[in-house]
Amino acid sequence: MNEPIHLPVLRFGRPYESLDRLRFNVDDQAIEVSLANSGLIRRDLKRIPEAMRRLQAIPSAKLADAMEQAADLFLTGNLPWGLGERLQSPEDYVAALSQLTGMPLSLGRLNMGKVHAAMANIRAVVGGLTRGMSFDLFDKGFIRQDGLDVNFFPQTDSLGVLLPSNSPGVNSLWLPALVMKIPVVLKPGREDPITPYRLVQAMIAAGFPAEAFGFYPTSHDGGDALLFGTGRAIAFGSDATVRKYAPFRHIQVHGSGRSKVLLGDDFADDWRKHLGVIVQSIASNGGRSCINASAVLISRHGAELADALARELAAIVPRARTDPQAVLCGFANPAVARGINDRIEELLQTPGAEDVTARYRQGPRMIEAHGQTFLQPTLIACSDPTHPLANTEYMFPFASVLQVPQAEMIGTIGESLVVSAITHDRAWTIDLMTSTNIERLNIGPYPTNRVQWEQPHEGNLFEFLYRRRALQGDLVAAG
Amino acid sequence: MSSTLTVPQAQAALDAWTREMIAWHFSPATGCDYWLSWAKQAGWDPLKEISCFADLMRFDHFDDEVLRKEQPERFVPKAYANRPYNIFETGGTTGMPKQRVGWDDYKVDYEEFSDHYGPDFFPKGTNWLMVGPTGPRRLRLAIEHLANHRGGSCYFVDLDPRWVKRLIAMGEGAMARKYQEHVIDQAATIIRHRNIQCIFTTPRLLENLAERMSLVQAGLKAVFAGGTTMTPQYVRFVVEEVLEGKINFAPTYGNTLMGLAISRKLKPEDKYSLTYYAPQPRATLRIVDPDRPDELMRYGEYGRVELTTMTREFFVPRFLERDEAIRRPPCDEFPWDGVGDVRPFQSLTKTIIEGVY
Repeated sequence: MNEPIHLPVLRFGRPYESLDRLRFNVDDQAIEVSLANSGLIRRDLKRIPEAMRRLQAIPSAKLADAMEQAADLFLTGNLPWGLGERLQSPEDYVAALSQLTGMPLSLGRLNMGKVHAAMANIRAVVGGLTRGMSFDLFDKGFIRQDGLDVNFFPQTDSLGVLLPSNSPGVNSLWLPALVMKIPVVLKPGREDPITPYRLVQAMIAAGFPAEAFGFYPTSHDGGDALLFGTGRAIAFGSDATVRKYAPFRHIQVHGSGRSKVLLGDDFADDWRKHLGVIVQSIASNGGRSCINASAVLISRHGAELADALARELAAIVPRARTDPQAVLCGFANPAVARGINDRIEELLQTPGAEDVTARYRQGPRMIEAHGQTFLQPTLIACSDPTHPLANTEYMFPFASVLQVPQAEMIGTIGESLVVSAITHDRAWTIDLMTSTNIERLNIGPYPTNRVQWEQPHEGNLFEFLYRRRALQGDLVAAG
Repeated sequence: MSSTLTVPQAQAALDAWTREMIAWHFSPATGCDYWLSWAKQAGWDPLKEISCFADLMRFDHFDDEVLRKEQPERFVPKAYANRPYNIFETGGTTGMPKQRVGWDDYKVDYEEFSDHYGPDFFPKGTNWLMVGPTGPRRLRLAIEHLANHRGGSCYFVDLDPRWVKRLIAMGEGAMARKYQEHVIDQAATIIRHRNIQCIFTTPRLLENLAERMSLVQAGLKAVFAGGTTMTPQYVRFVVEEVLEGKINFAPTYGNTLMGLAISRKLKPEDKYSLTYYAPQPRATLRIVDPDRPDELMRYGEYGRVELTTMTREFFVPRFLERDEAIRRPPCDEFPWDGVGDVRPFQSLTKTIIEGVY
């Protein structure tokens, strides 16, 4: 076996090899990850003002250039693997990601492409967040827009991020902060420390100051130190994570997405035409994302839709991680798969729900195949919108089909990260647009995972980090 | 400080002490009501059947619930009947507290601790600050005695671990943090306005204090810490960063039932892994198989910590602590087994609230 590769803690420019480590094996290569104790993080956070100064000294447009360059380095470059001289090629990265998270190589590459696109389109992304304000805003603090001086100031000197392990694509959310001159403090997900590490290395290689990054693999306690020690923070997690951090206004919590596809009355009879969009919404990226649909609502033909969807989903079978056709992800921790499967079986005992995929699936929901534990796609037909399986989300292609009158759909869906409403009904569209339960709304036959760079994902990062203040008077001094 | 005993001599001393203590606790003239009553219904006679430490395996594991249920006076040895006693309570227990009686044990333990470190480690004649659980705890008197024994005085800032536990259990993490800040505020004030060179506190409070000020610049010379798990990384962090490599550090493992286990001096090859040694023969720590607690683990393996305390004041045979540790061999400083890298029992398989303290 080769010498272990060691991912250090990154302490705002200083790599640190901890005595507490996580160890993974990727084929014959051991990967060790240094773990930071919470006190170490709290001490380091005192150095953030210096990190902020380093970023402030670089023009924002230049940082955007660097981000575009970092995009290519992330996608194609050989970047530091960890401490030492070893370099990580894109193939090394995808292979390790696949081994650590159970994600097929094909999906790993796809996610790499998504993150690359988010970086390469950074100008469009930031422009979308600021609604087209000049990057001068971040250098001078104000711009002149439509004859008015507009001043925004940073509400924080750092952005803390508790990352999940479910999908590397989620990393694209924190990237714009660096171009907005806000240092980041990252706690990587336990099973995917390598994506944020590679991103940080790409950005440093492209010209970002190393002092702008904190990278702290750590415990829950360390995660709390990070969340409560930064002025603004984003946490990803379960409903329990949401409950824990919701009271704190400086923390934006991203819990279960519970994204949905709604078919309006005007499209209900044409449901067959949109099966592809619905299947993509449920199963793309292995069903791992919060933007995957976990419920489909239709006002009639519910049973037929459920049966057709189940047939299509059941055709998505476990394949080897190296198979280019692979869609399903294995579970890095089989106990998690077992827990989910047991929970679904338990909830199916409540009357009003049927696992329709069971009619077509090869074998049980949970199976061992190609050296991994899989949960096969599952489509539940629910006759009752309050059934415990009607509005839930799991980390694999899982969705419910509900037959609900269109007029009741908005009241039924609850908080939903993405809603794709397939309709041309003008009045209902307005109702959807004024609903407070929907974070991201697609109108038309678009999958829930559709990305448009100019649109914010989940909250607006710019508005989270910056705040406008009234500015009047003589601005000669400000230039 | 090296021990004057060899390993066999230390074992012989432990066996002799065991005989002496059994004779003391199970003789009607000197023993306490609780153990004398126990002996009447035990079906065997410790006075006849215990002749060395290994014979203590005849006892079942001590159930510390009796310290909650029984009146403390039932544990007062007849020989101490005319002396008022201290009542000490265990640290973070909620509900009816577990209590033990005591007289001079804490003084003996802490004088021995003091002697082990010699005159310079904790500079003699200097003042101390204790930041941690005071109230009905042995530690409060013990630290003050230690300071006095070394020619200084001791200031105190209290932290109530029961309240911290309750806050965390209620999900009031923000309030727990505020309480911790309140404690640190008080400690920082004392350090800034009084001449303090030695401090006793818990590791977590120590690091919080160091987030407020440079402890080196504040004039601290030595830290005595105990209370929660300290992994090697944590110890390294404390030594290198919290204490800036310039302040003496004495990590300890202890509780109300045992007293104080001192850690052997760290060597580079230890890689910051701590090993503690019980104040033998007054207390003995064994690392036993959690599934077959009569059997010792092998050196280098994790097992459950078993405590036996034998002083004239108190007898606790084979109490299974809620901790696990690595069994470590005797060393130059302590010619008996040590316990390394202590952590809560089964901490890798269940959630433990160790609190913010």
